[in-house]
Amino acid sequence: MAVLLFAEVTDGHLGRDATAKALTGARKLGPVTVLCAGARASAAAEEAAKLSGVEKVLCAEDPSLGHRLAEPTAALIAELARDYTHIVAPATTDAKNVMPRVAALLDVMILPDVIAIIDADTFERPIYAGNAIQTVKSSDPKKVITLRTTAFEAAPEGGNAPIETVPVPADPGLSAWVEDKVAASDRPELTSARIVVSGGRGVGSEENFKLIERLADKLGAAVGASRAAVDSGYAPNDWQVGQTGKVVAPELYIAIGISGAIQHLAGMKDSKIIVAINKDEEAPIFQVADYGLVADLFQAVPELEKKLG
Amino acid sequence: MKVLVPVKRVIDYNVKVRVRPDGTGVDLANVKMSMNPFDEIAVEEAIRLKEKGAAEEIVAVSIGVRQAQETLRTALAMGADRAILIVATDDVHQDIEPLAVAKLLAKVVEAEKPGLVIMGKQAIDNDMNATGQMLAAILGWPQATFAGEVTIEGDHALVTREVDGGLQTIRVRLPAVVTADLRLNEPRYASLPNIMKAKKKPLEEKTPADFGVDVSPRLTVLKTREPEGRKAGIKVKSVDELVEKLKEAGVI
Ligand SMILES: Cc1cc2nc3c(=O)[nH]c(=O)nc-3n(C[C@H](O)[C@H](O)[C@H](O)COP(=O)(O)OP(=O)(O)OC[C@H]3O[C@@H](n4cnc5c(N)ncnc54)[C@H](O)[C@@H]3O)c2cc1C
Repeated sequence: MAVLLFAEVTDGHLGRDATAKALTGARKLGPVTVLCAGARASAAAEEAAKLSGVEKVLCAEDPSLGHRLAEPTAALIAELARDYTHIVAPATTDAKNVMPRVAALLDVMILPDVIAIIDADTFERPIYAGNAIQTVKSSDPKKVITLRTTAFEAAPEGGNAPIETVPVPADPGLSAWVEDKVAASDRPELTSARIVVSGGRGVGSEENFKLIERLADKLGAAVGASRAAVDSGYAPNDWQVGQTGKVVAPELYIAIGISGAIQHLAGMKDSKIIVAINKDEEAPIFQVADYGLVADLFQAVPELEKKLG
Repeated sequence: MKVLVPVKRVIDYNVKVRVRPDGTGVDLANVKMSMNPFDEIAVEEAIRLKEKGAAEEIVAVSIGVRQAQETLRTALAMGADRAILIVATDDVHQDIEPLAVAKLLAKVVEAEKPGLVIMGKQAIDNDMNATGQMLAAILGWPQATFAGEVTIEGDHALVTREVDGGLQTIRVRLPAVVTADLRLNEPRYASLPNIMKAKKKPLEEKTPADFGVDVSPRLTVLKTREPEGRKAGIKVKSVDELVEKLKEAGVI
């Protein structure tokens, strides 16, 4: 068995947390070769080579791979897949875009959002927004898998793997990148933060959302949001936590003015400690909260911020 | 341009799913079923393209049990022009896998020659997020997944995608596969007169054998279980008590 791990590379940088977590899962399946692809990928490849447990790093650099467009990226992976039994990636939006395309090119099923590896063919994955966990066994000759990063610890540094350059197939020219809208932030990344403070519709406006952001900054936390808060324009789309947003499992998750719909819980119920602040004592979020505070958030949040010293 | 919209019949998103005690799956008998919410958004987008003059005809397709007729009638009532039902199983508990669905859709595309396929980014039952990408791969077409905004510009589509880092805009050559994310639009409700009219719109029935596609699964479900539950917590009386508890727990 041999595993190809498609590393998270954005604008030439390695998505270290996601890649290191997926590496831990991938190693359960066999020796791991990491693929770093991009318009620039050599710095990412060097960083990946330092992760403990990596056998080899493949570096694929070509302008066509620059913005992780699905068609050239999937063509590259499908080409390399010949030498591997398992093709694995962290379940990021990039990988969710590319990996099913890879699977179809190889005529195999995709195994998305795997949370546990039972053996080389058998995996656990959540279905129905995490309301059920399914164990599935694949009969395909190759497995194409995305791993949910919250289910795996990040692999440490300490490796020194050799780096090899690989040729890139010709760009099929089916799509072109136009622009990215990325908000720069000094806050920790949502999916790897130790603490996440999230706001919902109860926060009421974009202006009021500053309350959530201030509390987050006081705690050195990332900021999250419910779908309702994003839909209402209080918060950007990449803050959404849930079934169709990000999945987080921090040590502390503080849900403020969030009712606790199953689609939201799908993204945060594996957090170690959950705090809920909601003025409705019947809100379903209290059923998963370790500490619930029934209060008006406009009083409780500023008070909490102050008392954190 | 013709637009093809695949739609799936799933448990209504408001229903609390229950795992069968014997671990064989999720209870689907006597449960409210609806169109997958992401597919409703895809149907709505197709209708808006038609209203803007960017599309002439909308064909809805569903693959699954015969009862998916109802889902197609919903699409027709919203504004699709005609429908194709591929009856691939008679067991409501059998989910047809994305790879098989994509192969069937590819055959429908060959026959119908649409300029655009627009579909939900994921089905809320198996949460796979795969069929659109797989269809694009099989056809050798470009894909624009997780779409929050779609504009047709001649023989290209400009699509803004919701991604982990924020938003990415790409331009794809048509024909293409677009998958709809939540914020693409807010789907309309079908009016009563349109529901009546939908009953008369054409709905063609097919089987996988008509297309020569093998739908046997690649994945065997060995077991379905409940997730680990969380232990009930406590209510704190004040912000002071909350801070105290969090300090005790060592998280702040
Ligand atoms: C297909 C699909 C996918 C979805 N995916 C997601 C997803 O990924 N993530 C997600 O979050 N949702 C998702 N949803 C939406 C989900 O069903 C809920 O609609 C959403 O989570 C509700 O957000 P909310 O809790 O902020 O709003 P609400 O449900 O409106 O709750 C607001 C809460 O704020 C409280 N409140 C109001 N004012 C105050 C105050 N002054 N002080 C304290 N509390 C106050 C209220 O008591 C209430 O409990 C999805 C839905 C569908 C159909």
